[in-house]
Amino acid sequence: MSGATITRRQFLVSATAGGLSLAFHVPFGRDAGAQQAAPEINAWVVVQPDETVVIRIARSEMGQGTLTGLAQLVAEELECDWARVKTEYPTPGQSLARNRVWGNFSTGGSRGVRESQDYMRKGGAAARMLLMQAAASEWGVALSELTVSKGTVSHPASGRSNTYGNLAAAAARLPAPTQVSLKDPASWKLAGKRLARLDTADKVNGRQVYGIDLQMPGMLNAAIRDCPVFGGKLQRFDESAALSRPGVRKVVRVGDSAVAVLADTWWQAKTALDALPVEWDFGPHANASSEAFAEVLREALDAPQAIVGNQNGDARAALAAATRTVEAIYGYPHQNHATMEPMNAVARVTADRCEVWTPTQNGEAALAAASEASGLPASRCEVYKLHLGGGFGRRGAVHDWVRQAVAIAKQVPGTPVKLLWSREEDMQHGRYHPVTQCKLKAALDADGNITGLHMRIAGQSILAGVFPQNIRDGKDPVVFQGLNPGGPEAAIGYSFPNLLIDHAMRNPHVPPGFWRGVNLNQNTIYLECFIDEIAHASGQDPLQLRRKLMAKHPKNLAVLEAVAQRAGWGSPAPEIDGHKVFRGLAQTHGFGSYVAACAEVSVSRTGTLKIHRIIAATDCGHAVNPQQIEAQIEGSFAYGLSALFAHCTVKDGRIEQANFDSYPPMLMSQMPKVESIVMPSGGFWGGVGEPTIAVAAPAVLNAIFAATGKRLRQLPVDPKSLLST
Amino acid sequence: MIKLTVNGQLREFEADLQTPLLWALREQLELTGTKYGCGVAVCGACTVHIDGVPTRSCVRPVSTIGAHEKIVTIEGLSRDSSHPVQKAWVALDVPQCGFCQSGMIMAAAALLASNPKPSDQDIDAAMTNICRCGTYNRVRAAIHVVARGGSVADAGLAIDHEARGRS
Repeated sequence: MSGATITRRQFLVSATAGGLSLAFHVPFGRDAGAQQAAPEINAWVVVQPDETVVIRIARSEMGQGTLTGLAQLVAEELECDWARVKTEYPTPGQSLARNRVWGNFSTGGSRGVRESQDYMRKGGAAARMLLMQAAASEWGVALSELTVSKGTVSHPASGRSNTYGNLAAAAARLPAPTQVSLKDPASWKLAGKRLARLDTADKVNGRQVYGIDLQMPGMLNAAIRDCPVFGGKLQRFDESAALSRPGVRKVVRVGDSAVAVLADTWWQAKTALDALPVEWDFGPHANASSEAFAEVLREALDAPQAIVGNQNGDARAALAAATRTVEAIYGYPHQNHATMEPMNAVARVTADRCEVWTPTQNGEAALAAASEASGLPASRCEVYKLHLGGGFGRRGAVHDWVRQAVAIAKQVPGTPVKLLWSREEDMQHGRYHPVTQCKLKAALDADGNITGLHMRIAGQSILAGVFPQNIRDGKDPVVFQGLNPGGPEAAIGYSFPNLLIDHAMRNPHVPPGFWRGVNLNQNTIYLECFIDEIAHASGQDPLQLRRKLMAKHPKNLAVLEAVAQRAGWGSPAPEIDGHKVFRGLAQTHGFGSYVAACAEVSVSRTGTLKIHRIIAATDCGHAVNPQQIEAQIEGSFAYGLSALFAHCTVKDGRIEQANFDSYPPMLMSQMPKVESIVMPSGGFWGGVGEPTIAVAAPAVLNAIFAATGKRLRQLPVDPKSLLST
Repeated sequence: MIKLTVNGQLREFEADLQTPLLWALREQLELTGTKYGCGVAVCGACTVHIDGVPTRSCVRPVSTIGAHEKIVTIEGLSRDSSHPVQKAWVALDVPQCGFCQSGMIMAAAALLASNPKPSDQDIDAAMTNICRCGTYNRVRAAIHVVARGGSVADAGLAIDHEARGRS
């Protein structure tokens, strides 16, 4: 590589990452020096002499717009000029050294805005107070005589004014205020507005640097192959053939289950790895299959022992006494996150320092992984975050790729190594959406009222696989997402006189993960499709039945009514291209928000499903950037509906699908028109990245039933099942 | 020695003849805007133009491309993001994570060059790129914006770019 190339790279990276200490060989020290030139008003706000306002954000940007939304909230309180705002990531190492001043780095569970908004808005407000105090002190006037707008403090009585850039150095020396009050959202000028994202420009010209793009002087590229069967081990490999290939520098064992090839370029490493003879010990799960595990789940649907998640009255007695019951069994398969950017990290390890550059949803978890894998204390490690080419939960809780990158880099001390997974590696070594089945049984009286409901979930626990320490008395509380008896996070939106929801945990050997929407996805399919089944079985309109059950759940009902009204529920949908169009409803509460959808579909006589339009409503309490909330709602349908068409299956202990040809995500031609209704009712903060995913599939499945009379209870949809009979 | 014409420049470099164009662009020519997504020409993240034809560069060996063939990558679509497709993408805030968007933009630019007023069916047929964030509706809207000559009002998104305007 030429020197000019390196310089250009460094410019590219630092320009894109906004001054964060991505200067490759210069750790925190130089960053601190830079801060002297540009005063840090507090941890969240740096004002540069040229009036640039740098807002520090610990949560990760993966497309969901959190950088823009959180910056809006800080800028709102700061009263700075939005045109001058930039964002940057503090590093987890810096945060650790400063007593976790930036709080939680975790970016998942649709928590970015709702769990940072309070302390970040206060950071912005405190910085404004310091800047105004600096002006008051300089002019010898009372703080109450000052006004502020767009980064300029004014003293109307004397006609004086000064800018944040000029006041910053003095403000940075003042003690932090002890009392900080926040604006009433009704008076917001930047927050709540449909502002353009801050990070779009570089995403249309190739300048945005993702982890996969990072280059460093002297860097080697690594391709890796982990044992295809989860729980298997690497036995031996014959490195001689690989080492004779051009560019190949080294072949290394990674942990006890993987082998990696290091070469000058990744293409050289990948092709050498493809040609590498490897012997595996496939271990105890070499014969595992999805079919065999489905039988385990089927048995667990009737197992006597289960953990109760929600209970009132006596559902079993109501069912035993019922004159009529409705029963159904549903199932949801494994899914891969399939981020467009495969897992990757650059690591450089020496005897006393470990540095990692990686797209991560949780910088602190990545730091912990780097520390463990390097054997160095966290204080000797650092993680530099890069924009994510998709996250969806894959890059949050578990940092398996970081551990691998560090384990490889340890074997070439001082040399930076970029580990990039092939798509095949990414597809077959995911952290999969948990597999579950659900048996639902409802007791009906003569008028079609539901007198009791038993919902038995059988299957995989994410916590058992990811955070087993959070399993208490055998219970994984996350399993009951959207079905909880109450609370602000994910409560059931119906009232039943007798209710029992329980979980029989059965864990396959396939590692689970938090897949965008998490357990709300399948729970909403199970409950919303079954409610639809009950409506049709008892001759009731699905909306009317829900209204009866939702009298005590006005916020849930409000979003449902909104989509029904917009769609024209109750009157037939207009035909499209000669095809009759049918509607289906779904609603849920999750990640703190209330969501509903009405899907409009047609199914041709040859079984072709077309999802024409979806109306979707969200009440997220406070809406920070409605146009980005709409983007999240739209995106949720692409993600949630992909599960109708694809799944990951296990054969011989390994995931069968290796690429997008066998695991086909939704395409443009399949994507419905989405009409979003953002209807914040105020008083709470709900997430928007995930909840809508959960209503996507059940709304469509219920519409398919309306169109065909066919109740599809196992995902993905078997195309043959849509053929007219 | 491989010779390719990329973004108007003749580039010469050493690489195995079987190296896919994608990896030559990314690793030999330092043009990382073109992305690796699948390696099997399914996802479209690696889309570039070769003599104007949208091409999935991950399966195209460099040995099969002549020095006279004009390769254009996202970096060469315009000097300053001024291509109508790029402008529409910015106007409608199309990208989310952005990783697939280089390929999306190159596919859209090729579509519009050959079909300035594409129907929704034309768009469905030409735009087979995978986006996991789910930007499809805005991609479609942005293509229609270009077809209408850049008018964003009809897209109905009402995105506020004014607040970023320098005063």
